Amino acid sequence: MVADIHQVEQVKAKAERNPIGLLLNFCQYLGGGILAFTEAIGNLTFFVIRTLGHCFSPPFFPSQIARQLIDIGYYSLPVVGMTALFTGMVLALQSYTGFTRFNAESAIAGVVVLSITRELAPVLAGLMVAGRVGASIAAEIGTMRVTEQIDALRTLSVNPFKYLIAPRVIAGTIMLPILVLIGDIIGVLGGYMVSVYRLGFSPANYLHQTWDILEYMDVMSGLYKAAAFGFIVSVMGCYQGFYSQRGAQGVGAATTNAVVSASILILIFNYVLTQVFFS
Amino acid sequence: MRTAGNMKHLQNENKQAAPGTMEHKIVMRDVHKSFGKNHILKGFNLEVPKGKSLVVIGGSGTGKSVMLKCILGLLEPDSGSILVDGEETIRVNAAKRDELMHKFGMLFQGGALFDSLKIWENVAFGLIHGLRTPKKEAREIAIEKIRDVGLKSEVAELFPAELSGGMQKRVSLARAIATNPEIIFFDEPTTGLDPIMADVINDLIIKCVKQLGATALSITHDMASARKIADEVAMIYEGRIIWCGPVSQLDQSGNPYVDQFIHGRADGPITSHQKL
Repeated sequence: MVADIHQVEQVKAKAERNPIGLLLNFCQYLGGGILAFTEAIGNLTFFVIRTLGHCFSPPFFPSQIARQLIDIGYYSLPVVGMTALFTGMVLALQSYTGFTRFNAESAIAGVVVLSITRELAPVLAGLMVAGRVGASIAAEIGTMRVTEQIDALRTLSVNPFKYLIAPRVIAGTIMLPILVLIGDIIGVLGGYMVSVYRLGFSPANYLHQTWDILEYMDVMSGLYKAAAFGFIVSVMGCYQGFYSQRGAQGVGAATTNAVVSASILILIFNYVLTQVFFS
Repeated sequence: MRTAGNMKHLQNENKQAAPGTMEHKIVMRDVHKSFGKNHILKGFNLEVPKGKSLVVIGGSGTGKSVMLKCILGLLEPDSGSILVDGEETIRVNAAKRDELMHKFGMLFQGGALFDSLKIWENVAFGLIHGLRTPKKEAREIAIEKIRDVGLKSEVAELFPAELSGGMQKRVSLARAIATNPEIIFFDEPTTGLDPIMADVINDLIIKCVKQLGATALSITHDMASARKIADEVAMIYEGRIIWCGPVSQLDQSGNPYVDQFIHGRADGPITSHQKL
């Protein structure tokens, strides 16, 4: 038995030294990676289609949706508010130091409001919520998976997609635009505070310039983006949690994957949606 | 020696040995299930008589849990047939599966209580969400079931994390019987409990199954538990049933695998390599 294992090891080692063997190993490694990637894309697509189906068909669980609206929306307000406030403040300060070189200080109000509403509020709120909510969803559903609570739901005649996944996805898609709208207001307020109290701008002029440059589509594009990001964050959290394995280690990996994949998808979709809205 | 090959013959023997138990609640025929290259169930056959308690014994990794999950529809077999009350349950639509699930109650090995819900909400979960029972009525039934498993009604307002392992097992049992199911599955009901608490759970299982007149299918390693709760015992080995018979014949099975397992001997046909 030991001799057999030794022989196999020798053959393997010989193959590894052979250039053709090395090439075959590389192709096998590459092929395995491509197969795993396409399988993951297929699984995720199937998961999203299934989730959408359950979001729009009864029975609904209003108490679960209400709970998730509070968890995802209300409890994310402080982190999104703080992010928007300091982003608006820094933006005003940075714009001022740059724009004074070209005597273009009057453009600061416009830069702040357009940057916040179009880009910074939706993207930063999406990333912050991915860190807070995406991780929490993946950990909660992942723990339910490894402790057989999801199997228990099925044995109690309750579809886990309806009870666990759909309420989170509905809440995420509804609450992120609301958070971003609040973030827009707080971000502009941050810029206003720095411009007026630190840089000596006239309050009336600043508000007038902000209002003049702002268009309906600037705000709405940000809110559409936020809805897409809310969907991405909640779906990735649910997907990673739902398919987590191997106990505590698997739940940890699911949590990390949920945050990383949601963050990357937010950045990719931000470009795609910007292209759609403003090209 | 009775082997997998003569399983049908063996089951026919059992039928003849126990007249009056011809009606079967669950019938599994030639069920196969693999995970990649790992072939778990290899032509699995089992018949669970109506109103009886059948316990499946066997080592770790022999396919006990996979068998249970296949019946519950949590896993889909690769091939074969699983009949419940004579109706095929494999590849049925969602509505049919829901209807089928109303017949089942399940006690999970770790309890699988929903940690975000109170104890009474856990017990009433199947009533409220599965059977659409009004919340007030479901709460009353839940508290009655909590008392039935020997817990005080004050426990109803606690959360699972506030209970001991034995109490959690009792709550899980209360949840399994809350909807008055026709078939109850017990997955390692005494694992992780001290011998006294394990015996308490065994007594509760017998009491609840008798009260409901339900059919019970359990899987366990615990021979004391198997001897206590079983009417019939089946042994699974390498994805097949290798012996099945009344619990009274367990010690005279004449099967070396069964003998080795029930006596917990390291030496015998079940080698340590196979056990691993």
